[in-house]
Amino acid sequence: MANHDILILKNLKKSYRQPDGSELRILDIPAYRVSQGEQVVLIGESGCGKTTLLHVIAGISRPTEGKVRIDDFDLTLMTEPEVDRFRAERIGYVFQTFNLLTGFTALENVLLAMRFARGRPDKTRAKKLLDRVGLSHRLTHRPTMLSVGEQQRVAVARALANRPKLLLADEPTANVDAGNQQAILDLIRQTSQEENVALMLVTHSHEVADQFPRVDRLTEFNLAISG
Amino acid sequence: MSLWKVAWRSIQQRVLASGLTAFSMGLGVALVVTVLVIHGVVSQTFKRGATGYDLIIGGKGGSKLDLVLNTVFHLGDPLHNIPYQYFEDLQQGNLSNEVKLSVPLAERSMGLLQRADLVSKAVELAIPVCLGHDYQGCPAVATTPDFFEKLTYYYKGKDVHYQFREGKNFQDEKGSEYDAVLGATAARKTGLKLGDTFRPVAKSQSEYGKHEDPEFKIVGILEPTGTANDRAIFMNIEGFWRCPAHAKAAAGDAAEGSEHEEHADHEDHAGHDHTGHHHALHREVSAILVCYDKSMPQLYTALPEVVNKYTAAQAVEPSREIFRFLNGIVGNVQLLLLILAVLVVVVAGIGIMVSMYNSMSDRRHDIAIMRALGARRSTVMLIILFESILLALGGGALGVALGHGLIAVLGPTIAEQTGVVVNPWDFQPVELMLIPGLVILASLVGYLPAMYAYKTDVAKSLMAGT
Repeated sequence: MANHDILILKNLKKSYRQPDGSELRILDIPAYRVSQGEQVVLIGESGCGKTTLLHVIAGISRPTEGKVRIDDFDLTLMTEPEVDRFRAERIGYVFQTFNLLTGFTALENVLLAMRFARGRPDKTRAKKLLDRVGLSHRLTHRPTMLSVGEQQRVAVARALANRPKLLLADEPTANVDAGNQQAILDLIRQTSQEENVALMLVTHSHEVADQFPRVDRLTEFNLAISG
Repeated sequence: MSLWKVAWRSIQQRVLASGLTAFSMGLGVALVVTVLVIHGVVSQTFKRGATGYDLIIGGKGGSKLDLVLNTVFHLGDPLHNIPYQYFEDLQQGNLSNEVKLSVPLAERSMGLLQRADLVSKAVELAIPVCLGHDYQGCPAVATTPDFFEKLTYYYKGKDVHYQFREGKNFQDEKGSEYDAVLGATAARKTGLKLGDTFRPVAKSQSEYGKHEDPEFKIVGILEPTGTANDRAIFMNIEGFWRCPAHAKAAAGDAAEGSEHEEHADHEDHAGHDHTGHHHALHREVSAILVCYDKSMPQLYTALPEVVNKYTAAQAVEPSREIFRFLNGIVGNVQLLLLILAVLVVVVAGIGIMVSMYNSMSDRRHDIAIMRALGARRSTVMLIILFESILLALGGGALGVALGHGLIAVLGPTIAEQTGVVVNPWDFQPVELMLIPGLVILASLVGYLPAMYAYKTDVAKSLMAGT
């Protein structure tokens, strides 16, 4: 049975109004699809709108026009609280700067993601995920007590906490030291595969992109996805 | 993980600022608690002290409140004394004798005299007290054994009789004239024990307390009563009257007493014991404590009316006067203090708002992360409100402890100075109102920072933190 499309973008446009009243177009994507369990890398130069695209897909930003369908749900038809709930339950997000909550331990960072999704955190799964990323001995450590690589591992565990359908990773290795870059990348890809999560990873590194079976390019010139 | 815990973690992250904010709230709440507890205890003490008898009759020349404060709470200087004869007339149902002394013949009617005798039938028990002396700062009160045998005081919801921790009451018999009884606080303060002797000192006359004065012997020490009587020393009134200095002072009043006698003789009232009257001429009392005959409630208002209008004395119902006092002067002072204390709490609440609002720009990124993880706007708003409530309640708990701690420190001094025993663990039910009050205040002051969190632009804040 063929995998169905987890993500469908249709006539997606995003623009910002500038102080002089003119519109600055960031995204213009006629059509785009990612299948369930598929691993896609999105490559593009700095400032071309990669992060904005991820924000729009995650529902953090609203598109100016067009449709965003994830797992057969149209985010553009949802209210903001519905989008928040949907994002918590079905979308995992790994940030470039990890974005761990510094007041909470590694375990609590994962539990908090569960709390916002379902209200009842699953401590067993949280521990299992942290064990999977090699941090079973760091459960009660706060982010400031963890190395950069360890912080990003916690972020990966957190992103997978709610068994998402789609994992968005925004340059997850950009702030990690060279020795850990490949390990983090492998971890993201492996865990996504284990959890059957579609992965959409943004990078400007060709070395990273070359490891993925599907590479899409976001060009500043035509704001279009090219396979 | 509950949102309360998330809020608590946020407080922990800013432990110094949060601690100082909570402490300022604690100071405000401590003030409120102190005012509430002290007022509650003082009110209870005053109300309790004003029970046990229905009426106080004393000399004119001062306010009714002065008479009550002086007689019941041993505060201030005594008013003018009244002749002992007044006490006897009242006790024997011959109040008309006193009316004759005060109302000119032309204005006097048989009806008035009959009414005066009738209303004095409402007196079931009358106990004389003489005030104006002390010993080592403890008021010395001269009275009869009836004070401890027949009067009661209000304690823990019921009227109870005086109990002796050691020894016994002084007796109305020969050889017992110079016996005295110590209140519990007075015993502690003076260090006097059973069998010890002392000489009372008149507050206004330096000749009292000299070596020629007789000494009083301690024969009993009372259990604590929680009333002003705890800090008093009670002497047998017979011995008090026999003090040479007192006799000297009384002799100075002989002329006035003779007038009293002559005046009464002129009226030639029947049944007047001249021998006893003469004996009473040298005796005065500061006040008479009166218990009504419970079978004659119809006379309860008439007796004080006759005393006040037609005799040289004034009558006052202590419970009513204390009620007026508490609701008037004390009530207003308490209200003022309470308003000031509440204002301090409100200012502390504004402090919470300012502290949290100032921290919001630093926390915008954390809020954006929570939102990116799926927290709704209302969720992050709730977290901020919970944080405000935790700070206010934490400060409140600290304030309650500080307030009661302050009372524990001040309590002994208050008891020594006023006789009001303030138990630091005497929680007032109204203190429970602090909980909803603080929650409402915290919700109000937390609203502004919570709205800031509510309106946080997630995308912008995440970008800014990148």
